[in-house]
Amino acid sequence: MHSSPKKNLPEDICIVLGGAAGQGIQTIETGLTRLLKQSGYHVFASKEYMSRIRGGSNSTQIRVSSGPVAAPLERIDLFIPLDGAALTHLCPRLQAASLVLGDRANLPAYPGLIDMPLTTIAQQAGDHRYASSVTIGAVVGLLGICLELLDDYLQQRFSDHPSTIIAGNRVAAAAGYQYGQKLAKTGTMQFELKALASVTGDLLLSGSEVIGLGALAGGCNFISSYPMSPGTGVLTFLAEQADEFGLVVDQAEDEIAAINMALGAWYAGARALVSTSGGGFALMSEGFSLAGMIESPLVVHLAQRPGPATGLPTHTEQGDLQLALHAGHGEFPCLVLAPGSLQEAFSLTRRAFDLADKYQLPVIILTDQFLLDSLTNIPALDLHNLQPHQQFVETDTDYARYRLTASGLSPRGLPGHGAGLVCVDSDEHDEAGHISEDLVLRTAMTDKRLRKQSELLQDAIAPQLLGSDDFHTLVVCWGSTYHVLREALGALKGLPVAGLHFSQLYPLPPQATAWLRQARQLLVVEGNATGQFASLLEQAYDCTVEHRILKYNGLPFTVEELKQRLQSLLDAPD
Amino acid sequence: MKAQNYDRPNIDIAWCPGCGNFAILKILKQALAELAIPPQNLVITSGIGQAAKTPHYLQTHIFNGLHGRALPAATAIKAANPQLTVIAEGGDGDMYGEGGNHFMHTIRRNPDLTHLVHNNMVYGLTKGQASPTSQRGLVTPLQIDGVCQEPFNPLSVAIALNASFVARVFVGAFEQGVAVFKAAIQHHGYALVDILQPCVTFNKLNTYAWFEEHTYPLENSHDPGSREQAFARACEMERLPLGIFYRSQDRKVFEKQLSAYREDQRPLYQRPLESTKLQNLLDTNRSL
Repeated sequence: MHSSPKKNLPEDICIVLGGAAGQGIQTIETGLTRLLKQSGYHVFASKEYMSRIRGGSNSTQIRVSSGPVAAPLERIDLFIPLDGAALTHLCPRLQAASLVLGDRANLPAYPGLIDMPLTTIAQQAGDHRYASSVTIGAVVGLLGICLELLDDYLQQRFSDHPSTIIAGNRVAAAAGYQYGQKLAKTGTMQFELKALASVTGDLLLSGSEVIGLGALAGGCNFISSYPMSPGTGVLTFLAEQADEFGLVVDQAEDEIAAINMALGAWYAGARALVSTSGGGFALMSEGFSLAGMIESPLVVHLAQRPGPATGLPTHTEQGDLQLALHAGHGEFPCLVLAPGSLQEAFSLTRRAFDLADKYQLPVIILTDQFLLDSLTNIPALDLHNLQPHQQFVETDTDYARYRLTASGLSPRGLPGHGAGLVCVDSDEHDEAGHISEDLVLRTAMTDKRLRKQSELLQDAIAPQLLGSDDFHTLVVCWGSTYHVLREALGALKGLPVAGLHFSQLYPLPPQATAWLRQARQLLVVEGNATGQFASLLEQAYDCTVEHRILKYNGLPFTVEELKQRLQSLLDAPD
Repeated sequence: MKAQNYDRPNIDIAWCPGCGNFAILKILKQALAELAIPPQNLVITSGIGQAAKTPHYLQTHIFNGLHGRALPAATAIKAANPQLTVIAEGGDGDMYGEGGNHFMHTIRRNPDLTHLVHNNMVYGLTKGQASPTSQRGLVTPLQIDGVCQEPFNPLSVAIALNASFVARVFVGAFEQGVAVFKAAIQHHGYALVDILQPCVTFNKLNTYAWFEEHTYPLENSHDPGSREQAFARACEMERLPLGIFYRSQDRKVFEKQLSAYREDQRPLYQRPLESTKLQNLLDTNRSL
């Protein structure tokens, strides 16, 4: 085989910053990702942090690449530990080629550590607190990004601070930049990143922001929630938009109040969202069932973290699928969606409001800490046909909220909109919504509610095939494992294997049947300990999952890890 | 309007003969008629229990939700459409037991709604167990040696939390009941009316005669503007005063402070989605 005369330099580098909470990792991540994107590089950042305000050991991984990337790596090309704990925590992931930059004065001895005297440089610029700007400057200098951009960024970032602070940070960053440039000249880190003009105008958004934007695009104008990681980011984002968009935002006294408020809001004509995590959603269970009984639209953002109980509050897991599927007592239809990418997080959240309204039932958007705290550049979010279709009717004097119909759907009226009365009841009720113990009616009303479930399949979202359709092995995943599976499969080129990503988890899309039948070997990848989706798949499609590739230590799958685990399981090609 | 305008024909009422709920329903219809509130503009939310069935027995919009959860639903309905008159109605177990946390926090929010609590000091629908307001010593199928806990005092709690309207009535006093209901509905802000009523089936201690003997109207000299006076009167436990204990116009109303209504008074359902604003928000994100 002909080999290129020029050495193939990496077009994808992985930078990891580690330190205690309060050491500025978030500031550095925000600055670096923004500057890298603005310079035309694709970026992807994901976090690992502990449940505390100060101390602990947190880290952020920033991938910089010539092409789009959105999955975490095991590999570290450039590591910047801000304290000794970060070095200890992450040193198992370091390889011979990993470049380790750090302030020798603040770190234990580590072979190969290149001294980056952050504190000294910051102090020379006027204050040790400028260290984050030094770090940003050093990385930007190392990667060869223009200093002017960094300078513009700092002036904006600190625009509401006194001029001495702006000046100090600029000096500190410039000194860091010089340090980075000098290091680049030594050739210690080699790469060939290609900047793309088109990327500079991309959006740079986190999962939480994208869910919030999807809610706004879906016409959400009411959010009531109780703060709980990792679901709080969506609540905070929407609170920031409340003035501009006229949203009603309420921090409820508990999750029970939050969901009952959301149902009251929908009843009165608002489009309401609750954002929570597993423990909070467990408290919402009765209210979720109420949505089923009164046939109220409802959108729940269920942000997963490892359980049971309080679990690992700031880590990730896909462990609440069964909770979502079985939420609420009694029998009633609902919809569970799990976005795989930030684009999908936007489009599915937007769609959730319309589907909830159209079918008058609760919809769960199932995400997790990994997806919500991930940050990446995306070209656009689809704002076409933004005006949501108004699903409610103006009532007349004969209006009955639960008119028995062939589709199971009864026109939804609002109090104060028309001559009729809108009565909803958590008890079994008659067509007018009044309490009833008529057992014939009970059967009719149950059937009516469940008829919506089959109607719902008309809008089912087909799973997405990753790779070529001439596969022997099919690897199924759902939700946030989309990108990591895509990238791992990409690294297994030439093998007859494809992926199948589900973003509608309930009711399961009938379109999946043919793909599943075609598979000679069926594997499922998911971030939990029991293979919840694998079991669901076997039951729903009458198939056999040969192996469940699981992870439940609180961290997301990395590309290398998944590739290696897939490789060891793949059937030899014919 | 007349009280009959709120009648619902041919209804099968689930209450026991002689139940205090009948009197409350009558007081409510009379108050609504005198205030000329059209049923199309009235929403009554309720939880679960015999009292919580009340909205089914008159002409109104109804949100009959979960046990204990009438207040969050009512708060949200008012916040989504402030043009509606909103009442949350239920019993002592519903509102002070299961919904106790919402009781506290709704007072803190101060939405413009009326909170009607049928207080018969016992659980009716679940057949005679103690309620949060049951008196010490009440023997029930569950508290076989008698209730040993301090009864919950909703009025003193509400006044301590600076609720903006706090009143108590007795179903035996129709005229006062109508007057207090009207004042509560007209009040701008959260208004609690604790309604003493006997349970003829399960509470053999707090009967009509007991309430007649153990209640009396607040004197004309009582100043409902004084929180200290109101609190002192609310703490009287031997004989229970009736009337408006406390009324304050100082508290800001929850939904009026929401930025959603700062410039636009329309209910949320009448507002179009502002796509330009969303586009602008995204455009801002694209730059440094």
